[in-house]
Amino acid sequence: MSLPPEHEGSEQPELAIASTGLTKRFGRQQVVDDLALAVPSGSVYGFIGPNGSGKTTTIRMLLGLVRPDSGSCALFGKPMPQAAGGVLPRVGALVEGPAFHPYLSGTANLRRLDAADPSSDSATASARIGSALDRVGLRAAAGKRYRAYSLGMRQRLGIAAALLHPRDLLVLDEPTNGLDPQGTREVRHLVAELAAEGTTIFVSSHLLVEVEQLCSHVGVMRSGRLLTQGPLDELRTLTAPRFRLQTPDPAAALGVLATLEVPDAAADADAVTGTLAGLEPERIVAALVAAGVAVRSFTPVTATLEDAFVELTGEGFDVSG
Amino acid sequence: MSAAEKTRERRVHRSGRLFASELGLMCGRRRNQVGLATLFALVVLVGVALKVSAMRRPGSRGGDLVSAVAGNGIYLGFAGLTIEIALFLPLAVSVLAGDAVAGEANQGTLRYLLLAPVGRLRLLVVKAGALIVGSVIGAMVVAAGGVLTGVVLFGAGPLISLSGTQLSVADGLWRLALAALYVATGLAALGMIGLFISTLTEQPIAATVATAMVGTLLWVLDAVPQLDWLHPWLLVDRWPAFVDLLREPVFLDRIVAGLGINAAYGAVFFALAWLRFRGKDITS
Repeated sequence: MSLPPEHEGSEQPELAIASTGLTKRFGRQQVVDDLALAVPSGSVYGFIGPNGSGKTTTIRMLLGLVRPDSGSCALFGKPMPQAAGGVLPRVGALVEGPAFHPYLSGTANLRRLDAADPSSDSATASARIGSALDRVGLRAAAGKRYRAYSLGMRQRLGIAAALLHPRDLLVLDEPTNGLDPQGTREVRHLVAELAAEGTTIFVSSHLLVEVEQLCSHVGVMRSGRLLTQGPLDELRTLTAPRFRLQTPDPAAALGVLATLEVPDAAADADAVTGTLAGLEPERIVAALVAAGVAVRSFTPVTATLEDAFVELTGEGFDVSG
Repeated sequence: MSAAEKTRERRVHRSGRLFASELGLMCGRRRNQVGLATLFALVVLVGVALKVSAMRRPGSRGGDLVSAVAGNGIYLGFAGLTIEIALFLPLAVSVLAGDAVAGEANQGTLRYLLLAPVGRLRLLVVKAGALIVGSVIGAMVVAAGGVLTGVVLFGAGPLISLSGTQLSVADGLWRLALAALYVATGLAALGMIGLFISTLTEQPIAATVATAMVGTLLWVLDAVPQLDWLHPWLLVDRWPAFVDLLREPVFLDRIVAGLGINAAYGAVFFALAWLRFRGKDITS
């Protein structure tokens, strides 16, 4: 498999993950279709999409577990899966939930994974395993058999496995699955902490809120295709900003807004809303006041990611599975 | 340079560590321990049955197994191998082999091993190595169990070789150990068939059953006289040749041919396992 010229060598060293035309089909189902991911180094990239939109298959291809039918992907400019042996030690991953040997303890499971990595130094294994367990708050249960772990503890052990070494990239597939609110907050905190240390984080989720709180960049998947990607703020601006106006005289306000050519001004019980459509808020307020319309409050409304998503897809988030 | 890269520079290649981990996993597993105990118990059972039979017919001295063992407990080691070579030992190896790749895939641990990254060939070599060790342990436990039981129940003494000459106790034990190793090479070859089958599925039980069926099928084919042209090419055909080690001088022709067949089967099926596994999509 050859890479397209733009990924050869280190011409784009700023990309932790890059793919072009990534395509995978299982049987007759097109699972991933012509995906071009670009995850900048140092970013926290939220990979969102409904269940079954191809997120996990994409992650498996990025990590060399599954071979793409066509297209290519690269981690830190190195082609996958060819460069897996060299690149994967720099990558920690949690893919489709944790999986460990049920009859081994948490520590023994991590020890086995550490032994599997030929670049691991056995002399430092105990210390690294201990600090990884500490980092996810699992030290107290380290000696327990994995089968006795709760869902949340299993998830934590999976994250601990991804933290056995200092990593340049963490790929976390639905990392807060099965965690209680406290655990969810801890994971979010941990991700922020790791990102602050300079680790690039690629986190998939079907929860918009989670991504919105965590991420600097977002890629949106739907039915195997990447609808959009980019910095979170950029995505938000895809949605036209709106305003909310409180006035005792909505009818007069609507008249003024019509002369300003606000496309979708509408009044409901307690406010008039509309799209800013390139107008500065101060101009609208000035026009209203000049026309003698009393203005109690005027608030520009920034779109939520959910609004942006609805705008993008024309429907809600968790609709088709 | 990032911290992760520095760590990588200090890379220490230690596949031995992974192999030790694999053996620990295999030997630490309760199911495998019970299986090994069963192999041992079967020999003990045979020994006890022979003891009961010998007590009922004291003084009978014939050329058969019963009287041979009754005369010298060391023979029970050979008898144990003979009894377990057709079904129990192959079954034990099938369990290990079926679990090798399919078991990890079924649990999902396979994807994390590959992400470690273990390296697919390295993993397969370690799995194959563990199967070879498992085969040796199985055959040795049966042989040792036989000797132990036999000596306790019947006592030990110099053996009479199949050629009629006398062998010292040390010589007899030495030959028994070689016989167990020879049996183990055959079992390991079956293990490679199982390893290949194990790369085809995510269901360890399916792989185990399929491997055990292949073993049984080979014995059945080997017993059909009309297929005698095929027999020399069947994996199991020369497995019982370990008794040639009891001749004086040792008769090596069948054993050498058997080692060749075992090695050929092992190599071919390991290669097939690699061809299958190296590009396999890991979706479990």
